[in-house]
Amino acid sequence: MALPGWMLYLIHTLFPADTRRPTELGADVLIIATGAILFYILIIKGRWRHVWTEWITTVDHKKIAVLYLIGAIAMLFRAGVDALMLRTQLALPHQHLLSALEYDQLFTTHGTIMIFFMAMPFIFALFNAVIPLQIGSRDVAFPRLNAMSFWLFAFGALLLNMSFVVGGSPSAGWTAYPPLSENVFLPGVGQNYYLMSLLIAGIGTTMTGINFVVTILRMRAPGMTLMKLPLFAWSALMTSALIIFAFPPLTVALSMTLIDRLFQSSFFTLGHGGMPMMYVNLFWLFGHPEVYIVVLPAFGIFSEVVATFSSKRLFGYEVMVASLVSIMFLAYGTWVHHFFTMGAGPAVNAFFGLSTMLIAIPTGVKIFNWIFTMWGGRIRMTVAMLYQMAFIPTFVIGGATGIILATVPVDYQFHNTYFLVAHFHNVLIGGTLFGLLSGMYYWWPKMFGMKLDEHQGKWAFWLFFLGFWVTFFPQYLLGLEGMQRRMNTYPFGLGWHLLNVISTIGAFGMGAAFIVLVYNVVWSLRYGERDLTGDAWDGRTLEWAISSPAPEYNFARIPVITDRDPWWAMKESGATLANSLSPADIHAIEMPKNTPVPFLLGASFFLFGFGMVFSWWYVAVLGLLCVIATLIYSGFNYEEHALLTADVIRGTEASLGRLQA
Amino acid sequence: MSLPLAQEETGLEPGLPLELADERESIKVTGFWMFLVTDVLIFASLFASYAVYRSRVAQAPGPAQVFHYGPVLLETLLLLTSSFTVGIAIWAMRTGRVRMLFFWLAATLVLGAGFVTSEIHDFTSMVGQGLTWHQSAFLSAFYVLVGTHGAHVTFGIFWAVTLLFQVARRGITPITARKLYTFSLYWHFLDIVWVFIFTFVYLGGKIG
Repeated sequence: MALPGWMLYLIHTLFPADTRRPTELGADVLIIATGAILFYILIIKGRWRHVWTEWITTVDHKKIAVLYLIGAIAMLFRAGVDALMLRTQLALPHQHLLSALEYDQLFTTHGTIMIFFMAMPFIFALFNAVIPLQIGSRDVAFPRLNAMSFWLFAFGALLLNMSFVVGGSPSAGWTAYPPLSENVFLPGVGQNYYLMSLLIAGIGTTMTGINFVVTILRMRAPGMTLMKLPLFAWSALMTSALIIFAFPPLTVALSMTLIDRLFQSSFFTLGHGGMPMMYVNLFWLFGHPEVYIVVLPAFGIFSEVVATFSSKRLFGYEVMVASLVSIMFLAYGTWVHHFFTMGAGPAVNAFFGLSTMLIAIPTGVKIFNWIFTMWGGRIRMTVAMLYQMAFIPTFVIGGATGIILATVPVDYQFHNTYFLVAHFHNVLIGGTLFGLLSGMYYWWPKMFGMKLDEHQGKWAFWLFFLGFWVTFFPQYLLGLEGMQRRMNTYPFGLGWHLLNVISTIGAFGMGAAFIVLVYNVVWSLRYGERDLTGDAWDGRTLEWAISSPAPEYNFARIPVITDRDPWWAMKESGATLANSLSPADIHAIEMPKNTPVPFLLGASFFLFGFGMVFSWWYVAVLGLLCVIATLIYSGFNYEEHALLTADVIRGTEASLGRLQA
Repeated sequence: MSLPLAQEETGLEPGLPLELADERESIKVTGFWMFLVTDVLIFASLFASYAVYRSRVAQAPGPAQVFHYGPVLLETLLLLTSSFTVGIAIWAMRTGRVRMLFFWLAATLVLGAGFVTSEIHDFTSMVGQGLTWHQSAFLSAFYVLVGTHGAHVTFGIFWAVTLLFQVARRGITPITARKLYTFSLYWHFLDIVWVFIFTFVYLGGKIG
């Protein structure tokens, strides 16, 4: 029986040949299985209402943090599997487990997901979980916008991940340089997926940047001057400022590519005066600040962790702040170092080489200050602290190879070799991911009210740390021997064989670390040590002054801040938040109300994006109309807040043991 | 011993305009300024691209041949005037004159609609002459830069219409005042962007 024409069209468009390979079919099975499990839990067991009211419509920054964390870990899994497939292919010369196209698709999604859908949401998870508590606020400045940011991220991530099984993955690398990313060379829908998902998630990220700048500038507890702001909050402020200034050029670069692809303009085409290098400039105008967007939060986390677990005040607070601020400014002056080989000339290249080396100064200052903080302190070797201590040598080496790459003549040799690959994994894993994991172990009790098991955590740490070095140190040597990045296989006899085997073994070590990490989380959720004090680590900053997890309203009364380490100072002077409030102190609080608007907005953008990807204009227009309808509905809805009565708060505080009898 | 507790005051801060007197609304105004920063950077990126692409005309005509100065002058007059009228509207809002506010806001929107109409007409006539953005990188950059501004103005018109309905229903409250005020910031911002477009794109096209 012949299928009707429209059905054949749909099948060929949605499931072209490159979505019918074994890996994709395996993914299909996994997706269907996950879908079945979700269906069982939500519909059959009737948890739908709970998930809807407590999670999907929530505007509570603490719950949004959990959602971001789940998203980030899931994406870490997806992009990690990509990496393992790449490393399996490269383990031996002349392997063809993956076709060249498949290999290209996998390194594209690996990079894109790790940066945009793993690192960014992981950072926002920690911002959301910690910043309002640290600055003594009841929520972020714009709770509804915060939820919108999350749902735009979630639906953007969904769109990109869908490309693997519906329509075909992008394959032009995470940077997606034209002219390769143009229609002439990649006519499928893969690049459209890349562009639409990043544009949608990028709107969310920009809104998060705005949200945290305003939160930190306007919502601090009285007495918390900027020079009393905890360093994690400082790093969040600088990160958010970077986001605000860096994402617009990306939006423009991606939009221009999209218009080129879908509507035949001539920005980055080879003919009609188009100039692909303009894209590269705009992309890295975003891309280099992005490097600092993902690493500054890690710096902030380490500054908190090192002070807490050394039981000492952070060394050189003012200089730490100054170096954060100067890194923020310098980050804008270095973008050309990603393409010295463009041939902009000696003067331009020398400027950008020097400005790149300049960043080593504030970063070096920070490294010394962390070491000086540990100096003479009573150091506790918790998992969070282990990541901090592993970070210092790892990041120093990553930074040093960065200086090598910033030396222009040398860069002409190393450009796009495995030396570069090793360098940026060295700083992104050794800096960002170590920092995020450190922060996760450190703030886990505050987010969930229980500790992650330390013993299992140490296993995960050592596997991760050693796996990292076994993976990436050989890649430096491979780069020196001339192995290019993004090559899908290589011949015998170049001397790359052994080093590649070692690198692949290391990669699987990191894969094992991920499994232990997930086991650690799942085990601890069931059997982990509960934290009833609210101050699991003998902490210093304000978030440890309240119970774990924090009540809905965070602070029944906002305290007045008099010290840089307010909770530490309170403990020193014998004060405590427990039993400190009398019932008469407590008044009603207005809290933001749950709303379905953010979820609906994300879903509408998803529909719009999907229509754009396949150039199905009716779907795209329908999606856009849904976006507009959601925004109008939101604009006419004035019931943004609900009153939490004093009695409810008294009840909560009493049950937490924080009310005078 | 207990720790010092902050006095949490609600209510309006005296001596400030309505949209800034309420703490929560005033925070939203700060947020809107931050949004404007991102929008400035969108336009900065587009201007930078235009500067690069200006001379890359390929086989198509260049700036001096394609620009029509009549419509541009008209558009400039309409938009600059609308910035003035929205200023009066905000003044009316602050002095509590709802009918006057309505009149001047509506006038702003009519002027804005005139601007958009003229621009659309200008663009369609250019496309009618075969000057599509496919022809050259210069035309791509021109259409996208000026078109992004035009799309902003169009969005602003629809936004303000929803605000008119809200004010009609609720009068001038801290919330509606903040919404009108942020709209006026947005509108002035678009006016400033137009000044740059007029100078660098259109006048620059004449000399260069």
